[in-house]
Amino acid sequence: MRIFAYAVAGWLVLVGAMGILRSRNLIQATVSLSVAQSGTYVLLLAVGYQWEGAAPVFSPGSTPTSDVVDPVVQAMALTDIVVSATVTALLLALTIQIEKTHHTVDPDKLQQLKG
Amino acid sequence: MSRRARLLVFGLGAAGLAVMFAFAVAGMPPFGTSEHLYRDLAVPAALQHRTANVVSSVNFDQRALDTLGEEVILLSSVIGTAALLRPTRGEVRRPTTRGGHVSDSTTLVSYLLLPVTVLIGLDVVAHGHLTPGGGFQGGVVLATAVHLLYLAGRYESLERLRPLTWYVWTEGLSAASFAVIGLVGLAQGSGFLANVAPLGSFQSLLSAGTVPILNVVTGAAVAGGGVVLLAQFFGQAIGTTRPPTRRSTS
Repeated sequence: MRIFAYAVAGWLVLVGAMGILRSRNLIQATVSLSVAQSGTYVLLLAVGYQWEGAAPVFSPGSTPTSDVVDPVVQAMALTDIVVSATVTALLLALTIQIEKTHHTVDPDKLQQLKG
Repeated sequence: MSRRARLLVFGLGAAGLAVMFAFAVAGMPPFGTSEHLYRDLAVPAALQHRTANVVSSVNFDQRALDTLGEEVILLSSVIGTAALLRPTRGEVRRPTTRGGHVSDSTTLVSYLLLPVTVLIGLDVVAHGHLTPGGGFQGGVVLATAVHLLYLAGRYESLERLRPLTWYVWTEGLSAASFAVIGLVGLAQGSGFLANVAPLGSFQSLLSAGTVPILNVVTGAAVAGGGVVLLAQFFGQAIGTTRPPTRRSTS
């Protein structure tokens, strides 16, 4: 169990990279990048986890305790997700432009330079 | 490079990464223990500023400067996408026509969910310092709400409810006000983005000083940014026609 969360994180990063490598479609490559990035979310949350730890949110009615999971890595995961979303948007916009100028979204066919 | 060669290079790199990652994991503190140094610093700091949601406290108080950077990333990505997706040579904006079939149940559910989603979005933003949520999450919910109109099958009503310039200004001004709120702290002598507002009482709506203010500002920026971003893609997919192109055969 100790290794499991970290293994999932590493596997997601590698499988996402594999998806980018094998992709024949830039949209698929973009989605694969999101998969690879989600590995970093799993890693961050695994680093901050504590057995039986509560959420680091003391909603009205609850008493603050120090037995909570690490809030700092959760905040970093949030940052990560926002960056991932913006990168995805930019890559998809680039894909649209590439389709317009080269009439293909297959990265293997994008080898010639065009002035 | 052939696909096979590329796969080989990747295999070598991935194996190396996997081995190093395994070593790194083996050297890490065990999973799930109660030993969290950052937690032990962040929780008391959040309680000191009477912030119930420690994650919000980290984002908008302890590491607020990073969140300003994040806002700038969001703003730049919106600008970048808008620049990339503006109509190019030969493309014309075409009037949208009603096309396609949308089932009545989809339309009904979309209209029913629109006010509910807006309310949830506002709630998530407003209580970001008390309950899970905050400006980023609530902003995304708000941006989604507007696009339920598109699911309801009326792109025209989406365009009417979405005077894009308003959202453009919302995005820009709220990102700027984040920085201005930071400057207030500087002017008071406590430092950039310091928590200088009255802290209020713990676990009540008016607490946590600048955290809820920054949450609202961020919520507006994210909602505006999301709508502007999606509008660029909608404009490409629905609002423009391309000139007839010659398929290149090479």
